[in-house]
Amino acid sequence: MPLSDFQPVIGLEVHAQLLTNSKIFCACSTEFGAAPNHNTCPVCLGLPGVLPVLNARVVEFAIRAGLALECTVKKTSVWSRKNYFYPDLPKGYQVTQYDQPICEHGKLSIDTPEGEKVVRILRIHMEEDAGKSVHDASAKESLVDLNRAGVPLLEIVSEPDLRSADEAVEYLKALRDVLVYLGVNDGNLEEGSFRCDANVSVMRKGATVYGQRVELKNINSFRFIKQAIEYEVARQVDVLESGGKVDQETRLFDANRGETRSMRSKEEAHDYRYFPEPDLPPLHVTDAQLDEVAQSLPELPRAKLTRFTSQYGLPEYDARILCAERPLADYFEAVAQHFKDYKKLANWFLGELLRLLKDEGGSITTLRFTTVQFANLLGAVEQGKISANAGKDVFGEMFRTGKEPEAIIAEKGLAQVSDVGAIEAVVDEVLGKNAGEVEKYKAGKKQIYGFFVGQVMKAMKGKGNPALVNELLKKKLGE
Amino acid sequence: MQPTELTLLELAEKLAAREVTSLEVTQACLSRIAQVDGKVKAFLRLDESGALAAAEASDARRGKGNPLGPLDGVPVAVKDIFLTEGVETTCASRILQGFHPPYDATTVRLLKEAGMPILGKLNQDEFAMGSSNETSACGPCHNPWDVTRTPGGSSGGSAAALAAREVFGTLGTDTGGSIRQPAAFTNTVGLKPTYGRVSRFGVIAFASSLDVPGPLARTVGDVAALLQVLARHDPRDSTSVPVEVPDYSADLEHGVAGLKLGVPREYFTEGMDPEVEAAVREALKVYESLGATLVDVSLPHTKYALATYYLIAPAEASSNLARYDGVRYGLRARDAKGLKEMYGLSRDQGFGPEVKRRIMLGTYALSAGYYDAYYLKAQKVRTLIREDFNRAFQQVDALVSPTSPVPAFKLGEKVEDPLSMYLMDVFTLPCNLAGLPGLSLPGGFTKGGLPIGLQLMGRPFDEAKLLRIGRAFEREHDFVRRQAPL
Repeated sequence: MPLSDFQPVIGLEVHAQLLTNSKIFCACSTEFGAAPNHNTCPVCLGLPGVLPVLNARVVEFAIRAGLALECTVKKTSVWSRKNYFYPDLPKGYQVTQYDQPICEHGKLSIDTPEGEKVVRILRIHMEEDAGKSVHDASAKESLVDLNRAGVPLLEIVSEPDLRSADEAVEYLKALRDVLVYLGVNDGNLEEGSFRCDANVSVMRKGATVYGQRVELKNINSFRFIKQAIEYEVARQVDVLESGGKVDQETRLFDANRGETRSMRSKEEAHDYRYFPEPDLPPLHVTDAQLDEVAQSLPELPRAKLTRFTSQYGLPEYDARILCAERPLADYFEAVAQHFKDYKKLANWFLGELLRLLKDEGGSITTLRFTTVQFANLLGAVEQGKISANAGKDVFGEMFRTGKEPEAIIAEKGLAQVSDVGAIEAVVDEVLGKNAGEVEKYKAGKKQIYGFFVGQVMKAMKGKGNPALVNELLKKKLGE
Repeated sequence: MQPTELTLLELAEKLAAREVTSLEVTQACLSRIAQVDGKVKAFLRLDESGALAAAEASDARRGKGNPLGPLDGVPVAVKDIFLTEGVETTCASRILQGFHPPYDATTVRLLKEAGMPILGKLNQDEFAMGSSNETSACGPCHNPWDVTRTPGGSSGGSAAALAAREVFGTLGTDTGGSIRQPAAFTNTVGLKPTYGRVSRFGVIAFASSLDVPGPLARTVGDVAALLQVLARHDPRDSTSVPVEVPDYSADLEHGVAGLKLGVPREYFTEGMDPEVEAAVREALKVYESLGATLVDVSLPHTKYALATYYLIAPAEASSNLARYDGVRYGLRARDAKGLKEMYGLSRDQGFGPEVKRRIMLGTYALSAGYYDAYYLKAQKVRTLIREDFNRAFQQVDALVSPTSPVPAFKLGEKVEDPLSMYLMDVFTLPCNLAGLPGLSLPGGFTKGGLPIGLQLMGRPFDEAKLLRIGRAFEREHDFVRRQAPL
């Protein structure tokens, strides 16, 4: 039986680091890249006698994510301890939420070749991150860096609604977009601030009972997620095809080999001995708190996309690119306040702005020029003050220096000549100098028209208004 | 009269009157410790230089007329479970040997901010797990009333140091009776405040939902004065409750006329020492004669308290003690091959038998498949026990009972029999399960001269009333004036 006779069933668990300034239970900085164990204090080091104090911002971020993913935010949720020994887990337990998480029963829409699909979210809960063990710094010892210990995480668990690796990737991208839009996560898979575990099983098509699921860990890019799931689906199908049965286990994705391998079996699975965290009272969320967060919720990617196509009349392709990141979309809307030909504006964004950002670096939030300057430049092109090509040069200069577009135009002498008298004089001169060509043209050799245009533009150093040049040439040539 | 024979409040008055200096008194305490602690073993370690420097600073403030408060200059000592910045803190366990905390417990900070010199760290059961001070990795503490007997536990050192007149006030912790039972065994006064009244920050955790730090001293008034320093909302402890702190001494002398005192029938059981029962019955008569009304009450779930406690406390302990893994501080076994062996050997060498027993009990109670039957069931019974008390307190102002079913027993007598040891806490641990305040005060002596403790239990945050009721009895006797024959 071939692969195509099997239906993969996939659920994802995402761990997203929250963009708070301080850790979840102490005041230590969450900044990435500090010297090892620099961002620590007795609380996140798990010294004897310390107690956790909840960072209110973490709760706010969790509610934000919960509302954006259409979850029920629970009035009361409970902290639990997940007990296991590991050197980078300083207390010997992780403070997390277990049977009573803050958010439940949400959903997220993704695009599939068959159209929009709603993926159900099982739960969202808050927890603390562990530290980091470093095994390769010394031959004899492992080292522990606890800077990350206590950094707040959201764990977002989907229902097993995904049916292919591609859907899984779509879901992750959509989820990442939402979290980044909300300002709660930076969406960085490589640095580990957005991490994913996948629960994968296969069943024969048409079956109603899911197969045995396997948990895949350590997947840190969209490409690897696709690879890992596809490898695992094929592996499970192989096992079933050869008459075997899939074991309940946790497997690690090896990015170098592109394969998954067993990390621990069911028998080796930890018994985490969860119980309610006695050092933290149950968490109560008030209606006022919910309202406040709901008020501050930004427009989400899908809604923004729809609005960009309707309000600005943009093609979906353009709108998608503009809405991919919130700062770019915000910036588009800011310039659109001053320049109303939205499609032309989008062309400049997709063509010039994104190209320059890519080629020359920089970010949309640190541009050297203002929205008004941007709009003025486009106005100058629109009104024929400069040519479209000259406009691109001015834009590049503006991008690099932040100078006024008018100043750049003047400095570079790029202003287009639209004075009829001046153009007429040049046209007369060119036609006078080339009497022979004029004869031939009038005799029917129409293809040399371009020669006259070229000569006029050359004489005007490219600054002649092309429309006027055409108009006057044709008039003088007796058309 | 030696200055060490003064009560805490008497000393405070003499300091205020400049009749004595904090330095003189602190030195007197240190001499007394040098003289008698070889027999008592209440102190695990002294901080002489720290205490003397604090005393000199206090005298300087007094000299300028700027004392930090009424107790400025009064020497105290704390159980080794309290973190003291720069002063080794082991919780009487090998696993924390050499641990010098980088911060003070909130309670220790409050003592320092009140100007009180801290003489040193007091003996206790290892990680506060025990009722006789015999599980201490540093050796047992001895009862000053009979050095062949236990001073009780786990805060044995906190009580014995007071009975030995080595210090004027101490801090202990009470998870199932660990302040009250030692107070009862040593003719001292010990208060377990309401859960959430005194900060747990910087107190090494045994069972987080039960642990309560509190004061011990030689009189009810002394304890009230110490509670005044300690009772505070602490934003660093999320279970600390922001309830207003009353003046604990204001009503102290108001007596008990018109109050209703409950006598819980489940606290007068078979198997309790007849002399203890007689002393408590006598105390009840005294209260009646002072104008209180005695009310017979029932706390029907009392019989489940012990079992409930021995599921919840070890469960929390098994998790709280996971951090002692040899990775970051404390003992790390040498020559371990690999991580698992390092964990195993460090914990095997670092923890004593009682601590290991409770870690195993707790791990089992939380295990998959057993959680519902043990931990969850215990939490439900805990609610029932709390409701028993709520019902009783609708009728009465406080409950009166013995603190311990027996007076101080011999060292070595029960150490091999954990179950009979656990039974020592049968009258004290319901208070912890319900989070209520409990006070133990001297209730008399056996014919053999051993102290007997009287326990008062009250409504949440009603410490002031318990102290007032305690003081009413104290006034009728000279018990607190009797000195241990050291």
